[in-house]
Amino acid sequence: MIELSNLEFHYPGSDFKLAIEQLSIARGQKVAVIGPSGSGKTTLLNLIAGILEPNSGDVKVGDRHIVSLSDKEKRDYRIKDIGFVFQDFRLISYLNGLDNILLPFKINNSIKVNGETEDWIKLMCDEMAIKSKLSKFPNQLSHGEKQRLAICRALVAKPSIILADEPTGNLDPANKTNIMQLLFSYASKNDSTLITVTHDYDMLKGFDTVIDFNDLTSKKA
Amino acid sequence: MIQSLYLGLKYLQYHIYRTLILIGSIGLIIYLPLGLRKLISESERQMMARADSTPLIIGSKGNATDLVINSIYLEQSDIELIAYSKTKKLDKLGFGYSIPLISVFNARDYPIVGTTLDYFNFRGLEIASGRNLQFVGECVIGSHVADELSLAPGDSLVSSPDNFLDLAGSYPLQMKVVGVLNTSNTPDDRAVFTDLKTNWVIMGLGHGHQDMKKVTDFSLILEQDSSNITASAKLFIYNKINGEDLESFHFHGDANTFPISAVIFVPDHHKAATLLRGRYKTEAFKEQILVPSDVVRHLLENIFRIKHLFNTAFILVGLATFLILSLIIALTLRLRKKELYTMFTIGSSKTKTIEIICTELFVIVLGSISLAILLYGVTGYFVEAFIRQFIL
Repeated sequence: MIELSNLEFHYPGSDFKLAIEQLSIARGQKVAVIGPSGSGKTTLLNLIAGILEPNSGDVKVGDRHIVSLSDKEKRDYRIKDIGFVFQDFRLISYLNGLDNILLPFKINNSIKVNGETEDWIKLMCDEMAIKSKLSKFPNQLSHGEKQRLAICRALVAKPSIILADEPTGNLDPANKTNIMQLLFSYASKNDSTLITVTHDYDMLKGFDTVIDFNDLTSKKA
Repeated sequence: MIQSLYLGLKYLQYHIYRTLILIGSIGLIIYLPLGLRKLISESERQMMARADSTPLIIGSKGNATDLVINSIYLEQSDIELIAYSKTKKLDKLGFGYSIPLISVFNARDYPIVGTTLDYFNFRGLEIASGRNLQFVGECVIGSHVADELSLAPGDSLVSSPDNFLDLAGSYPLQMKVVGVLNTSNTPDDRAVFTDLKTNWVIMGLGHGHQDMKKVTDFSLILEQDSSNITASAKLFIYNKINGEDLESFHFHGDANTFPISAVIFVPDHHKAATLLRGRYKTEAFKEQILVPSDVVRHLLENIFRIKHLFNTAFILVGLATFLILSLIIALTLRLRKKELYTMFTIGSSKTKTIEIICTELFVIVLGSISLAILLYGVTGYFVEAFIRQFIL
């Protein structure tokens, strides 16, 4: 369960302000976040991930109060419990496919590669149809392949929460459907929470809940 | 740490050309002062070694540096010549023995050095092939001359006339190469040695020609009386000395008055050297006596004063490099901002990010230092040859 209560956040020197009185997302839910640009959708993801700290209020994930975690605890929380998927893939240009998938293990010592991880990577790569692309560098891949690779990276540590920031924004219709199916499939099989920011209203039908920032959850100062 | 090294190496490998250029630039900047310092110190050592091995030099008054350079490095310079009799006078003093030198002419850009066999013993020069000098018109060549001109005993080498337009001046003499010296890694390797008489022949002080008493072409004779025959310019002057012509070679005038460039004086002991130098200080001599090591040391002090300028320049270059490197790092970080933020978002710490960047820098610096050490090693290996080729 993710719970946000009495949450307020604003960037220093900006008139933007995000205020959420109460928001609860149950485990395993597939949530779409929609709203105009600059309404705070990505900020919401960053607050849940503990990258940003609210000015007031609380972010609770399970029984953990994210705001009160130390920096190290926040990093460990992100690496173990959160899988990030970005619109622009954010793959590391100088690492090949496999190294990109393994990146979380290389930048944080709290998780280790073991036999189970290797099996999991093989399974994911099979499902995502990128097994033959693991030795390629990002600039040698298509947009669809890049995003599937980025999803593998996001899921490699079997996170309980997937935060996807416009994951289909750069993809053609066929790839959009494919990517969303992969994310839904993982979330369903692993009882993971999927929170997806999107501008694509055609993609909303697979989600359990839609949070619309045009409504009361967002306001400008 | 291993993972940071892995990521750092992957980054450098992906940007291999950029990495190699950086390593090359920094490596050269590190190497330059070290290499130059090595070159300077080795030059000093080699120049001083040659000077230290030559106890005293006596020559005409004038530029001491020119005299020493001419006498020990066999570099030709405009020094006034002295009479050969000076050698005999020095020997008579009983302080040691003297070795006359005359170095005025060239043979295909290598100095022709007229001297006595004592010179070879004094310098420890040994014949590698052939034999030593025996007759007028022969030469023994240094190993470098032999290699460069592809000469061996039995070949011949022609002296280069100092002035083609001077009809009264020296004529080219075809010398017979009778020996090649062992390599000594000194200026002797780059010289052509003859005896003094051969040099005097090149100077025109001695010559060989047709026997005037046996000529059948009377147009060769301008005047003839009971004791003298004056020949015309048509008379054939030999341009080489072989066994048959040797008898016809003769000198006009007193050999004691013939010129030499300088005398290397080898005293029997330190006291003898001091006494001889004392004489030159107190008595009126036309010549000067020099201790080569003093002259060369003074010369090097002046030449290598520029070393201090180099040091300052290197400090400034090092500072400039540091600033440029800082700029490169700053620009690289800016370019990689998104990548580093992605790592942070996923779960990396700032410390880890810094560790990755530092690892990359460490590899670049390590590569640069390795390159500098390699170049320094190569310099050390070739420095002697380089100095012999370009400095001495």
